[in-house]
Amino acid sequence: MNPIPVEAIQKAVGDSRLQAAIYSSTGRLMEKRAHSIEPEEIDDFQGLRTQANALKKHAIDNLDYYLEQLEQNVIARGGKVIWCRDADEAVQFVLNLSKEKGVKRIVKSKSMTTEEIDLNEHLEHEKIDVVETDLGEYILQLAHEKPYHIVAPALHKTRYDVADLFTETLHVAREEEPEKQTQIARRVLREKFLTAELGITGANFLIADSGAIVLVENEGNARLSSSAPRIQIAMAGIEKVIPRAQDLATFLKVLGRSATGQPLTVYTSFLSGPRRSGEIDGPEEFYLVLLDNGRTRLLADENKRQSLYCIRCGACLNHCPVYRKIGGHNYPWVYSGPIGAIISPQFHGVTKDPWLPFASSLCGACAEVCPVKIDIPKVLLELRADITLAKRREGAGKWERFAFKVFSYVMQRPKLYEMGSAMAAAVFPGSQGKWVRSLPGLLQGPPIKGWLSKRDLPPPAERSFRALWRERQRSKGAA
Amino acid sequence: MATARDEILGRIRTSLGRTGATGTPGGLPPVRLHIPEVPLEPRIQRFRAALEKLNGKVFRANSRDDARAYVESLLNGRPAVTSNAPFLNECGIGTIANVRAGGADREALRGMCATLDAGISSADYALSDTGSLVMIASHDEARLVSLLPPLHIALVPLDRLLTGLDELYTLLPVPSDRSSSMVFITGPSRTADIEQILVRGVHGPGEIHVVLV
Repeated sequence: MNPIPVEAIQKAVGDSRLQAAIYSSTGRLMEKRAHSIEPEEIDDFQGLRTQANALKKHAIDNLDYYLEQLEQNVIARGGKVIWCRDADEAVQFVLNLSKEKGVKRIVKSKSMTTEEIDLNEHLEHEKIDVVETDLGEYILQLAHEKPYHIVAPALHKTRYDVADLFTETLHVAREEEPEKQTQIARRVLREKFLTAELGITGANFLIADSGAIVLVENEGNARLSSSAPRIQIAMAGIEKVIPRAQDLATFLKVLGRSATGQPLTVYTSFLSGPRRSGEIDGPEEFYLVLLDNGRTRLLADENKRQSLYCIRCGACLNHCPVYRKIGGHNYPWVYSGPIGAIISPQFHGVTKDPWLPFASSLCGACAEVCPVKIDIPKVLLELRADITLAKRREGAGKWERFAFKVFSYVMQRPKLYEMGSAMAAAVFPGSQGKWVRSLPGLLQGPPIKGWLSKRDLPPPAERSFRALWRERQRSKGAA
Repeated sequence: MATARDEILGRIRTSLGRTGATGTPGGLPPVRLHIPEVPLEPRIQRFRAALEKLNGKVFRANSRDDARAYVESLLNGRPAVTSNAPFLNECGIGTIANVRAGGADREALRGMCATLDAGISSADYALSDTGSLVMIASHDEARLVSLLPPLHIALVPLDRLLTGLDELYTLLPVPSDRSSSMVFITGPSRTADIEQILVRGVHGPGEIHVVLV
């Protein structure tokens, strides 16, 4: 059981530069999204969300069928499908293939799934030169950090941080303009693209009826990773499968808008198998890695299964008041924000980071913006219940349950309640909102201690509402 | 020992409360494709507006000669590589000075794309709604021509201008039947990874010109 990382969170909240960076970036993404879904920009956006949700529900409820169909179609187009139960199997596959094919350099385009299995660390350990090619991911690789955001991985870095980093690690003249910095990265990475033997990509969607993967991006690095090297590996979670290519007409319209407010991102690649005879370029070999790594466990719960609908747009992060305060690195796993708070506990078991589903105000903004309509607050509540039950099995929470029993006993007996509040008013007149905290130590035991550390109850009124009401009724009767 | 494949499929079926494989599942939501009736002129205007908003350039050529003249003045002597699209030859692009044919040799083509200033292609379709080009890899169109050079010029006959995604997916319900790669290009390559500041020309072309013929 990992405790809540209080100190790291306080540090993030107290860092005004970091707060400004998170607020302005997520704020801009929110504005762009809001503009892009206005009725004059897109017809019936809500209808598209409903359709996207229905398609995802259908695909997940029939996951076995669509995965087998996908596999058949990938093979029919000359690709190979590798099923991996866990991170270890996926890593081993990449390592073995690299060894077998004599791969010395790998270019990677942004993929949360490969972050999930710490692929880079394993490859580097085997002395393979592996390079992240998305600009944000490249910056993070140089800084040895994990993504801060699903869509904008280096959201917390300022141009000055990047200037320091590039000068230190690439030994280039210091440039503080993002445009010049981008040109530096283009130059360094271009050479990598042209010399790498293997390209690794993720997949935004897997298309069952086409045996295809879809890559959505703005920079061109996913296109290069999948076109320049001789071998391509696409790595994706099994939940990414959708039934038909035609369903992309729905998903592409909601994905770009929800993520960055773009009707379509700059590049959308629809790729199936290696290059065919007659085609001039493209990979000679194509491998699709289908990763479980905990997803089937998540599938078992009929209500929480919807967590697998996620298309990784990042909108719930941008709109989350908690994410916007504590930032991306204080979540325990690579998936941050509201979606991270519901999938991490389900992948790793609820008792690993039991504080996580409680770190939410349940304001509902995430559910409102989710393009596939995942009811995140509801799943959070269910996870809270699971955690409480798990703790109870371990014998925790006795005092809390006792306190709530007393509370419920008193609340069901109006006379008793009235007596209690009259006593409180008599004992603590004018206590200026710190009265519970001034109670004797015994009453500040474990069940209410955490609650009291940041707040208190308002002071008891001198005369209760009930007393005022009775008086009013009496004076009415008299008149 | 069960293979990973069988074990994962088994776990899925157990989680979903099934015992074995099922046939084609019922309840698949119907396809949601709606093709609006948009006459050619507004379709062109929409395409232009969408692409120009992204800092792409659109030129409407009245004839193939007109298209050739535009490309020639745009290149202004800079070296360029062309795809093998027959339409480019029909426009006489290959006769412009310093324009080289990409050909069908993978390595030679790659070398040209990596070093020359511009890549010239046609496109299989264009999407008016979003200002996108649809590039389907084939002997005519290599993947790298529209990707490696800093400037991409695409010449597209007007009859390939579709309304949008819905029309495209109606025409091509299973794009992978045709090619290993179909790519939508919507404006110049860009990033906002540093402070959400927009920068064009990251890994792909920073400049894109579409000539509607």
